[in-house]
Amino acid sequence: MNGTGAAKSKRQSYDGVVATVPVTVPYQRYSIESGQWWIGRALRALADGAGISHRDFDGFSVASFSIAPDSAVGLTQHFGLSPRWLDTIPMGGVSGILSLRRAARAVQAGDADIVACVAGDTNHVDTFRKTLSNFSRFAQDAVYPYGAGGPNASFALIARNYMKQFGARREDFGKLCVAQRDNALRNPHALMKKPLTLDQYLAARPIAEPIHLFDCVMPCAGAEAFLVMREETARALALPAAKILSTIERHNAFAEDPIQVRGGWAQDAGELYAMAGIAPADIDVVQTYDDYPVISMMQFEDLGFCEKGEGPDFVRKHSFTINGSFPHNTSGGQLSVGQAGAAGGHLGIVECMRQVIKIAGPTQIDGARIGLASGFGMINYDRGLSAGAVIFAGDRA
Amino acid sequence: MTAAAGPGPTDLLGKLAASIAGGGVKLVDLTHTLSPDFPTIVMPPEFGQSAPFRMERISRYDGDGPAWYWNNISFGEHTGTHFDAPVHWFTGKDLPLNTVDTLPTADMLAPACIIDCARQAAEDADFLLTRQDVLDWEARHGRVPSRSWVLMRTDWSKKTGRDYANLTDDGAHTPGPDAEAIRWLVEERGIIGFGTETIGTDAGQAGHFDPPYPAHHFLHGAGRYGLQCLTNLDLLPPVGALVFAAPLKILHGSGSPLRVVALVGG
Amino acid sequence: MSKPIAKPKRKNPLERTREPLLPPAPRSRTAHGLTRAAAEGRFAIQRCAECHAFTYPPRDACPRCLSDRLPFVDAPTGGVLAALTTVHVTADSYFRERLPWRTGIVTLDCGPQAIAHVHGDCAEGERVNMSLQLDRGGQAALFANPISRTPDMQDDLQWREMTADPNQRRVLITDGRNPVGQALAKTLAEAGAREIFVGVGEQWKPFPNEEALRQIGGVKIVPLDLTDERSVADLATDIGAKVDILINTTDHIRPGHLFDAGATLRIGETMEQTLFGAMRLARAFAPVMIARGADGRHGAAAWVNLLSVHALANLPALGSLSVSHAACLSLSHWLRAELARGGVKLMNAFSGPLDTEWFQTLPPPKVAPAALATAVVDGLRRGLEEVYVGDVANDIKTRLTANPKALEREIGQ
Repeated sequence: MNGTGAAKSKRQSYDGVVATVPVTVPYQRYSIESGQWWIGRALRALADGAGISHRDFDGFSVASFSIAPDSAVGLTQHFGLSPRWLDTIPMGGVSGILSLRRAARAVQAGDADIVACVAGDTNHVDTFRKTLSNFSRFAQDAVYPYGAGGPNASFALIARNYMKQFGARREDFGKLCVAQRDNALRNPHALMKKPLTLDQYLAARPIAEPIHLFDCVMPCAGAEAFLVMREETARALALPAAKILSTIERHNAFAEDPIQVRGGWAQDAGELYAMAGIAPADIDVVQTYDDYPVISMMQFEDLGFCEKGEGPDFVRKHSFTINGSFPHNTSGGQLSVGQAGAAGGHLGIVECMRQVIKIAGPTQIDGARIGLASGFGMINYDRGLSAGAVIFAGDRA
Repeated sequence: MTAAAGPGPTDLLGKLAASIAGGGVKLVDLTHTLSPDFPTIVMPPEFGQSAPFRMERISRYDGDGPAWYWNNISFGEHTGTHFDAPVHWFTGKDLPLNTVDTLPTADMLAPACIIDCARQAAEDADFLLTRQDVLDWEARHGRVPSRSWVLMRTDWSKKTGRDYANLTDDGAHTPGPDAEAIRWLVEERGIIGFGTETIGTDAGQAGHFDPPYPAHHFLHGAGRYGLQCLTNLDLLPPVGALVFAAPLKILHGSGSPLRVVALVGG
Repeated sequence: MSKPIAKPKRKNPLERTREPLLPPAPRSRTAHGLTRAAAEGRFAIQRCAECHAFTYPPRDACPRCLSDRLPFVDAPTGGVLAALTTVHVTADSYFRERLPWRTGIVTLDCGPQAIAHVHGDCAEGERVNMSLQLDRGGQAALFANPISRTPDMQDDLQWREMTADPNQRRVLITDGRNPVGQALAKTLAEAGAREIFVGVGEQWKPFPNEEALRQIGGVKIVPLDLTDERSVADLATDIGAKVDILINTTDHIRPGHLFDAGATLRIGETMEQTLFGAMRLARAFAPVMIARGADGRHGAAAWVNLLSVHALANLPALGSLSVSHAACLSLSHWLRAELARGGVKLMNAFSGPLDTEWFQTLPPPKVAPAALATAVVDGLRRGLEEVYVGDVANDIKTRLTANPKALEREIGQ
């Protein structure tokens, strides 16, 4: 990858930067409101949570699929913000990680003091279809016209290949889904309120084999948000915060793999842990990006919790529930809470912050000191192109 | 224009009008309906072709004309029941008044002799009318008057489609006059024209006669006319009918479809 | 195994004829490089002119060397079906009516991964034979077929969406006097066409091989004269709703010099038969075909024009033919855009001089009517949009691409 042969520069730490005020605007299956409305609700919740005016946010980072024809600039006037640092992250499920990374550097460099990182999307009845057909040029040219199965069909092919290559079974995927549903039953904001059994999972109707109904997230409206600021700012505002130990992002990794069996994490996970000064075993709680359970399984491998190909065995060894072994997607994840457009990648980050800050309430696990949240996004053509991850530590870590 | 009363043409026309109104004089339509399906003369395809009758709608109480119905029509001069002017054939090309627009008005109305060849034509599609046939007819009905139409009745008009054209791989097989008969009618009897029920004034095989197409050759060479694709000849008496045949007044036209009407006494 | 298409049941008169829906149509301009190849039945994807790597999906720069010289070139058609799925839920109404739908990802022998429609007889992990097809929206799509023939494979329902196979379809041939029309009737009967209406104008004129034409199974002679508006309208009223494939064989070929006295008259006659005839035909038949684009699995499928390749480059010896067919070619593009609404394909079959009466004076090679008929049926089976039949047609096409001015100078000599 380093074709020039030059040594890779060493990443600087995020010392002194924290993420705080995790905010969720409760999801709705369908909403008649606009994307702007959902972002507005999130900003209000951030201001209320921080006990300051939204005009004190001098940095603003937004991720949304449903604010067209607005850009982030337009939103500043809409919401009465006057930031000195502004960013848009239109990168789907990895937006949360990227938003956090960029905001952290801006704060570290003094470009901004308080950055509001917001992701929000509405879900009109036809939003999902429109998003699919316009998602990317490659999708328009070379995916959507082939049955218009959307991500279900694309991930069906990835799942199919993964099953064949590594011996994963539907039961393994089902175990993750059932565990997340168990977790979601504790989360009042989760759209899925009914318990799910493995039998129900296995008997569900096919969507695009091997993807069946409970392998799919439910598109919905919602917003997630957090603030990024210096540690002393948080202390001055008396806000409990999560320290950023390390983060990574990687795009279009392993392009030579015929079908995706790993994401960009695999390329940078070593650095992720090195920078945090920990090993995978030190992580207390993990929030993977779970658009499909096969992707969570890949992340267990690519983020170093097991070797490539051992995902299925790893799943068989753990319970993934709040009180069980390897607590995972403790909010219920997108599979049980819902996928609120671009906010899907923020869901895990916000939940991870709550876990390490120990304000997760009904989904709180014991002894959550260090948490990992990952993001994944942009199935531009045949695979998800963007991967990212963050390791948080609680104040008292 | 003072009251030119008394007996004379005015009185004659008055009586004619009264006879027509009273049914004593009948008008017989000798014309086929002009339609796209009516066969036209077939020339070898490397020659120019006569366009068949065609009709395209301009409007019929619709967006192209809300309150009115009308069509554009197109056709060759020699389509349907039609008139041949002398200029149609090379033999008449240098004659005066040889086109339909210069046709003397007086020639539009003339008596007609009907020679019934229906039986012979039924037996032989290539039946040819001979001078002797005409002489036999004259023996029964009197001499063919000069400046009269001779109309050859074959009942061919009762045929349709393929039977009417009667084309085989050696050409059309339809009745007509032989060369001598038509020359004699023109030169010895001074007829105004010759009419048939078939597609031409000549027989289907007349291209092989000497001269080729003798009816065209002699009629038009002498400034006389042709009528073809006539119908209802079986409703006319052998003598005594008056035929009104006025082609469209087409500048330099060689012929035209027309309405041919016969007046027949009671 | 594909299920053979059975003779369709008669239509239930109580059932509404469904509106034709189309698969998603938007494509980038670059992606239409695929459309061009698909129209001609070639499998072509981009290959970098600098580093020679094949690439897919269509791009504007080579991902290996960033060259912008990425021509679409004919590519090896082999590949391996790496993963297969069957879509049961779709966001698109067209596919929703046709579920389940098989798609897969194919590792092409030339390198890239391609998402493709997958024939029912292809299995995961096996080799497949790729082609570019025009879908019902007229856009190019990759299709994975079995590498060797399987029984009734042409009847696979997804494949049939991409093609206009005459099997069990009803066809109208506009001119049965034409030797090509006669050859087509025979070839279509052999290809399983359910009913073959053959138009004959001026039925009072006999024509060669008439009896043989009448003897062909499924043939029904109908009155049709493209120069007569009423004749065309009457036939459309009578059988318009039964025409799944329409093949316009009407032609009028008359040699002659541009300065001949009768030249305008002759070209007028030619235009009446060809251009205006085709317009009358389109006006009478196309709306019904568009409406029947999704009339069950056997709805209206294709419109075929037989064009002289001299539509592309005027041959002075057949000047009026060239002029009229150039006009017909332009009309075909107009008509194709209209037919697209119903998902009905329009195929132009270009040929050089035919081995028929009116091309007598032209030297060989000539195209036998039977060869043209075979090419048309093959084109329908493959769902093509452009077919070039015979050596002359392909020669003109190649020379036109190479240097139209050279062709123009040389063609009259």
